[in-house]
Amino acid sequence: MSQVVEAPVRAPQPTFEDDQVEDRPWVVIVWNDPINLMSYVTLVLQKLFGYSRSKATQLMLQVHNDGKAVVSSGTKEKAELDVSRLHAHGLWATMRQD
Amino acid sequence: MSRRGISSRGDGTYRVELPEEERDVLAALPDQLREALDAGEPTLYRLFPPAHSDDDAANEDYARLVGRGLVDGKLKALAELERTAHAKRLDEDELGSWLGAIESLRLVLGTQLDVTEESYGPLDAADPDAPRLALYHWLSWLQEEVVQALSESLERGTATD
Repeated sequence: MSQVVEAPVRAPQPTFEDDQVEDRPWVVIVWNDPINLMSYVTLVLQKLFGYSRSKATQLMLQVHNDGKAVVSSGTKEKAELDVSRLHAHGLWATMRQD
Repeated sequence: MSRRGISSRGDGTYRVELPEEERDVLAALPDQLREALDAGEPTLYRLFPPAHSDDDAANEDYARLVGRGLVDGKLKALAELERTAHAKRLDEDELGSWLGAIESLRLVLGTQLDVTEESYGPLDAADPDAPRLALYHWLSWLQEEVVQALSESLERGTATD
């Protein structure tokens, strides 16, 4: 599958590269593991992020079937907090800048 | 005979129906995990995973920032499970502590036993790990009971965060 996309004309950015790096959001990833119960992962995602049952189930199934899923994103501080809350609940979570 | 397991009473509390000998096991397990924590056993790594896949310096910062809090949270849940192992009725926070403590116990036991997603078949009595696998499966059953009871409350909107 492919499509032709016209390249956007973009003026040179006057900002420093570091600023752009800072602006890119961080994502929090939950990885599949053989110990955590599927129902438990769903409940944790509901409780920690306020996701509906169906959204949490969908993310859990993505973790189970694909090996991982992005469960939240935001600033570095938010990602760090989310990772630590997932770790407090025993899930295998990491963060990276998108 | 009444059912075994954990059920929501619909008033924010939970009914715990377990035989005394199973409660004794629950009361004894926290001490074993605390000893493992004190000894710094390598299988505990699963309780404290790295936050970054490929950045050691960032992981050290992360561990400095949240490491103590994570340990304290897990110790608190274990102490609560120990304290309430023989209770017939638990409130939401107490059952949440059961959930957290059982989670830690399963993670460490499952790591020690090197379980896979195929480890849920019938037990082989000749396997020297059979007793600990049986314990692991029993904890899995109990955790599922806790999850179902808490999920039911969450769906009904009676759970408090």
